[in-house]
Amino acid sequence: MRRSVPPLLWAPGLLGLAFLVLPLVALVLRAPWATLPGRLVEPGVLTALRLSVTTASAATVLAVLVGVPLAVLLARVEFPGRRLVRALVTLPLVLPPVVGGVALLLVFGRRGVIGSWAGFSLAFTTAGVVLAEAFVALPFLVVSVEGALRAADRRYEEAAATLGATRWTVFRRVTLPMVAPGLAAGTVLCWARALGEFGATITFAGNFPGRTQTMPIAVYLALESDPDAAIVLSLVLLAVSVAILVTLRDRWLG
Amino acid sequence: MSLVARIRLQRNGFRLDAEFEVAGGEVVALLGPNGAGKTTVLRVLAGLVPAAGEVRLDGVDLHGVPVERRRVGLVFQDYLLFPHLSTVDNVAFGLRCQGLGRAEAHRTALEWLARMDLTGHALAKPATLSGGQAQRVALARALAVQPRLLLLDEPLAALDAGTRLTIRAGLRHHLSGFAGATVLVTHDPLDAMVLADRIVVLEAGTVVQTGTPPEITRQPRTDYVARLVGLNLYRGRAREGAVELTGGGRLSVEDPVSGNVFVAFPPAAVALYVDRPAGSPRNVWPVRVGGVERYGDRIRVQLEGAPTVVADVTPAAAAELDLAPGKGLWAAVKATETHAYPD
Repeated sequence: MRRSVPPLLWAPGLLGLAFLVLPLVALVLRAPWATLPGRLVEPGVLTALRLSVTTASAATVLAVLVGVPLAVLLARVEFPGRRLVRALVTLPLVLPPVVGGVALLLVFGRRGVIGSWAGFSLAFTTAGVVLAEAFVALPFLVVSVEGALRAADRRYEEAAATLGATRWTVFRRVTLPMVAPGLAAGTVLCWARALGEFGATITFAGNFPGRTQTMPIAVYLALESDPDAAIVLSLVLLAVSVAILVTLRDRWLG
Repeated sequence: MSLVARIRLQRNGFRLDAEFEVAGGEVVALLGPNGAGKTTVLRVLAGLVPAAGEVRLDGVDLHGVPVERRRVGLVFQDYLLFPHLSTVDNVAFGLRCQGLGRAEAHRTALEWLARMDLTGHALAKPATLSGGQAQRVALARALAVQPRLLLLDEPLAALDAGTRLTIRAGLRHHLSGFAGATVLVTHDPLDAMVLADRIVVLEAGTVVQTGTPPEITRQPRTDYVARLVGLNLYRGRAREGAVELTGGGRLSVEDPVSGNVFVAFPPAAVALYVDRPAGSPRNVWPVRVGGVERYGDRIRVQLEGAPTVVADVTPAAAAELDLAPGKGLWAAVKATETHAYPD
């Protein structure tokens, strides 16, 4: 251990660590372990879990489809106001999710900009859940992929071009493989953020079991009627988070 | 397959204005100090940097032709093998871009690897290759697409000194088998002498001298080239067997020249004396010791005077002369050891 840390920092540092770890320990200690297996396969839990996994995955696919091209534009195209656009893209990272939910209502709701014009509404539907999750999670993917693109040595792309590769071939066979680690990390982060999404989802998509009631919303509601169920659901989400950290450990914890 | 290049480019205060030609099958070295614009010339030829002027390959102007359609092979200084592809897939990359099927591209790539003595490394990832192997893969990758023009950027700079000798010889062998024009960039005169049929010296964005390696070595036309080939070089005006040097001083020469001339002689031709020598040498002038450094098994002495001169002496002679900076000596050069030629 290095001896350069002033003793004064030890107490607050350890206090901070306890503050982060204790709640998680409490969650594990207070879990109804005896009835856990039975509770996990309750229809309500399974439905919410299935809906969460499905919508988070769909939101991630959506985010990759539009996020990767957006990251490429931000990293590779010089245009006026690029810094402003980059700031806008990262805004959902700091925006309260509930504000995102309200904003989505104003666009895709029954009386929203697109909704009223096209005569449909995505609010309070499963598609709305996907949209809300994608809105909040997309920046994680864009920031991660853009960072990887900026760090990549562009001369590899030049080398590919001298070998006769068109711009599309260069992107597909050189650029994408080179940013693959960044893309993978961004995708996992994006999925995790989508899975935990609460504020924008409940505001825009509401709380219909089986249609829009995702795990976080189920946890929140169960806390009033059945605290043990809330703990079980929370444990599941904690397990997923730990699994994600393990997946990314080489990248961040190594 | 010949190349005619007239390149003009102005960027961030740097001006490039270079003209040269390369015949089919010929290897031309662009030799010059760092920052002379050598690599920029290569990038212009490859189409990676837009420039004014013209680049003609077999008479066809490449202006406006995008990189991927120029069929110009470029070997980068650090080779830039795609790290995520195996050696054979790196070589097959360009063939696939030309529309060859997977199997056929693979087969052709393997043939190239065999030619480069790399058959055993076909499935290796670039990170596991040695510098010399990576260079051969990069060369195979560039040659596999049958380019009309081959460009090499400092092909030996990334290698350690111990392996350069054999790799340089191998590269020479592979270049001799290429039918198109080859331009290689280097700041190492030895690379240029060994690898190139002709040398184009580039300084500060301009071509200052063109010639075969022996021509460049015998008759350097700038201080940079003279230092590279290890010669003292002076400009001056010749009259009746003597040259009045532009920078001050006067040298007797044997060559029958007149008008504006260069005078060159090697540092080993300079003899140093503590007292003014009497007798045969016709060029004798007082000098003052500037710097002293070891140069192989000789001592290289920088001497201030009219003209300033570099001399090589043996360690024994150096000890006898007591070469302290600032010490006054006499320099002597026989007229027969000088080489004078028209400017």
